[in-house]
Amino acid sequence: MRWHHKFPLRLRSLFRKNNAELDLREELQFHLQNQIDEFVAQGMNRQEARGAALKSLGGVEQIKEECRDARHVNFLDNFLQDIRFGLRMFRRSPGFSVLAILCLTLGIGANAAVFSWIEGILFRPYPAVTHQERLVAIGGTSRADARGTPLSWPDYLDLERSCTLCETTFVSKITGTTLSIGDRAERTIGSIVSANYFDAIGVHPILGRGFLPGEDVGQSAHPVAVISYKLWQGRFEGDPAIVGKTQRLNGVMHTIIGVAPEGFYGTFVGWGMNFWVSASMEDIFEAGGYKLEDRGARWIEAYARLKSGVTLEQAQQEFAAISARLEAEYPTTDRGRAIRLWPLWQTPFNNAGTLLPTLEVMLAVVVFVLLIACANVGNLLLVRSFARRHEMSVRLAIGAGGARLWRQLLTEGLVLSFFGATGGLLVAYWCRHLLVLLFPARAGVAMYLPGELDWRVLALSSAVCLLTTLLLGVVPAIEAGKIDLANALKMEASGVVGGRGRAWVRSGLVLVQVSLSFILLVGAGLLLQSLLRVRTSNPGFATRRVQSTAVDLVSGGYDATRAEIFREALLERVRALPGVESVAFARMTPLSYGSFSSSPIAVDGYEPPQEESPTVEYNEVGPDYFVTMGIPLVAGREFTRADDEKAALVSVVNETMAERYWQGRNPLGDRVQVKGRWLTVVGVAKDSKYSSVREQPKPFFYVPIRQNLISSGTLHIRTPLAPQAMATALAREVHALDSNLAPYEVITLQEQLDRSTSPQMVAVTLVAVLGGLALLLAAIGLYGVMSYAVSQSARELGLRMALGAGASNLLRLVLSRGLALTGAGVLLGAGTALLLTRLLGNLLYKVSPRDPLAFALAFAVITTASLAACFLPAWRATRTDPARVLRD
Amino acid sequence: MAKPTDLVQGTLDLLILRTLALEPMHGWGIAQRIRQVSGEVLQVNQGALYPALHRLEQQGWIRAKWGESENNRRAKYYSLTPDGAKYLRQEHAQWKRLSLAINLVLETP
Repeated sequence: MRWHHKFPLRLRSLFRKNNAELDLREELQFHLQNQIDEFVAQGMNRQEARGAALKSLGGVEQIKEECRDARHVNFLDNFLQDIRFGLRMFRRSPGFSVLAILCLTLGIGANAAVFSWIEGILFRPYPAVTHQERLVAIGGTSRADARGTPLSWPDYLDLERSCTLCETTFVSKITGTTLSIGDRAERTIGSIVSANYFDAIGVHPILGRGFLPGEDVGQSAHPVAVISYKLWQGRFEGDPAIVGKTQRLNGVMHTIIGVAPEGFYGTFVGWGMNFWVSASMEDIFEAGGYKLEDRGARWIEAYARLKSGVTLEQAQQEFAAISARLEAEYPTTDRGRAIRLWPLWQTPFNNAGTLLPTLEVMLAVVVFVLLIACANVGNLLLVRSFARRHEMSVRLAIGAGGARLWRQLLTEGLVLSFFGATGGLLVAYWCRHLLVLLFPARAGVAMYLPGELDWRVLALSSAVCLLTTLLLGVVPAIEAGKIDLANALKMEASGVVGGRGRAWVRSGLVLVQVSLSFILLVGAGLLLQSLLRVRTSNPGFATRRVQSTAVDLVSGGYDATRAEIFREALLERVRALPGVESVAFARMTPLSYGSFSSSPIAVDGYEPPQEESPTVEYNEVGPDYFVTMGIPLVAGREFTRADDEKAALVSVVNETMAERYWQGRNPLGDRVQVKGRWLTVVGVAKDSKYSSVREQPKPFFYVPIRQNLISSGTLHIRTPLAPQAMATALAREVHALDSNLAPYEVITLQEQLDRSTSPQMVAVTLVAVLGGLALLLAAIGLYGVMSYAVSQSARELGLRMALGAGASNLLRLVLSRGLALTGAGVLLGAGTALLLTRLLGNLLYKVSPRDPLAFALAFAVITTASLAACFLPAWRATRTDPARVLRD
Repeated sequence: MAKPTDLVQGTLDLLILRTLALEPMHGWGIAQRIRQVSGEVLQVNQGALYPALHRLEQQGWIRAKWGESENNRRAKYYSLTPDGAKYLRQEHAQWKRLSLAINLVLETP
């Protein structure tokens, strides 16, 4: 029983099988010789003795077989034999093999690729960070916004102190800067982090150090930065003495204290970080000044690692208790707010949240594609299993058990899916960075959305592969099980077109394929429509004729006064450019990633309900902003050059804000309190989209740029010129003012809108590509079934011809049979699609999940495809030579 | 050749192990020994003997080694392993209890 004793024996019997076989033969031979000797001694002659001995021994081969069984070699041996046999079969029909393996490669590859994206983006998004399985995202909620508002620093500190179920918590807030090294300026992104950041995530700088405790305290108190390996190798040319050198970031000299290890990209899904600064430098990188002591200023994004064994629900409860306490203690700032946790894959503040619905849909889609591919290969195998009926019958006739046949067929399935899986993993490996390519390129900042092919992905893909094997092996195995020995060895009767019987399995498979492809086509149609609607939707401002760009004055070392002078000068110059209709500065471009300023507000004559502390976002905009953007004013006026530091403080509110806080009264001339200052409302602007095209109308207001100190800004230019032409002219003007400065990429607001909706675009692209693939596979399947049906019923077709059926009759016969199959598949698919498309949920925009156009389109496409697939077999049917078939 | 007395399932293993406990022996020798010792009553069926030997070897109770037979032929000699000896003792005791019990039932008037 000891394995160490058994194992060598088994290995020996397997690999030195010839030896073992020889041994066995010799052993029995010895026995035989002795028996012969004995019989001779009893008086027989040698000849007789030999015969008698053989007789007494019984069937030698049978004994040998029993000995082999006793050694348990047979199981492994049969397995290897089946594999060899399977390989030989595939070599003998290369067309079949290539087609089948290709189908499986596509099916399994698509699955493995999507698994790897899900792993790399949703579950293990941060390479090099330890214990990601216990990492959760921390965000705030308010009564108005249940989904992911940022936190304030004092709230975070209280949370960190009180949380007993967290092993550690840390802050990581995305920020950006323009990096000027030598004469090259480039936009780059980094994170504002808490001092414990590198210790908390278990990443240790390869040079220098991380942040020290206390380095996240005080205003601009610790100008130190850790840089990424990529930045070190690229912009700093791998300088070994980099630690201790200084670099200007957002206008402040920072000392570089460390270099992060290679392969660490920070903690933000979608972008690779290039530098990290401590939270004490917040006022340098964030709009809105020093916020570390302001409980009302919500700007940070944080993570926690739960202690091992703590569930999300337990931690959630503790967080609820902590936020209830904060709410009671600080009602002015925290009323109606709570802090909660999200699993990493639902992180509200990075691209995980945006990509989640896309990836969910992708997962469903690739499973469909895999099923279609399996159905196709199953069909191919089935055709072959008919061709192999004779072989199977012979096997059964010479004593193979049903179980043995199953095992053989499953092994062949395994061989196929093994090749498919190998190909599939290669596909997945090539595709792991594909997702990034589907997103539109932006100048300067590279997106980072890697797939992760780790053991979990491999395990899941293997599971898929095994499942495929079962599916593939079972179809022909069922067929083989139905073989009736007596009949099978005789010739088979030929079938009829549309005949019932065995064909139902194949037809069933095609039916499933057609219905699955139909569902995918409907999905693609729906997504395409929503994309078109999103992209052509009216965001409330002009998109085609307005372009935006920016000049990073902070990195250029400008202080607020100089920046103001520069902006005025630049506005003058740009306004004078030919083709420019109007131009305005604003702090933020709508639909860009950055966050608008926000402030708790109070309105004259508006009494907020007990549990509400209204907070509204706003944008700092210059004169002519509304004209330039094409946002109509429904009342009052827009800001002018007169609304400067010395003038009365003013603001423009949007319609929703006027509606909500003035409730039908005219807001013009009334006052609103923002950050402790009272502003007079001088205008009401029409609602537009601010952070996302898909957002609901929300309160929003504008304040003049001159009355609110801002350090940087975005230029909005209204012009019919092309962005490229504008860019050249603009670069010249900027250069003329300051030869060290260069503007960012110039893009139209339409481009901005398109970029903000890129997840939809990615979803559409992927679903359309895979839907097309599915359609192709289904068409191949249909073609296969129809060709087979035609070839099997040659006799019937010949008979019909002989009896006077014309070519058109036969054509109609075959086509109608194919179309009947398609029709049934479409019906099934349409029924399922009606139930399933609801799941597209968030990805749909102003399109009903039951949109008739999408269904009609899918129907048209699939009908055309199946007509094409059936036509060749049908045409072949008309070529039947009745004389020859009937003679045969 | 007389029809061999059918052996109770499992007793063949016991007989083989018992025979090998005396000295290493080849298949032929084992069959002969069992026949002689049992006074020609127990005829070991060769069709059962060799698979049983291979099974016992697989289980680690016995091990095989090629050697020279009395009549100068190459023969495969089986010998008892320590594990096999232990197993034999257990099974022997078991068999004694069992046969005693059967005797008691059969002999009791």
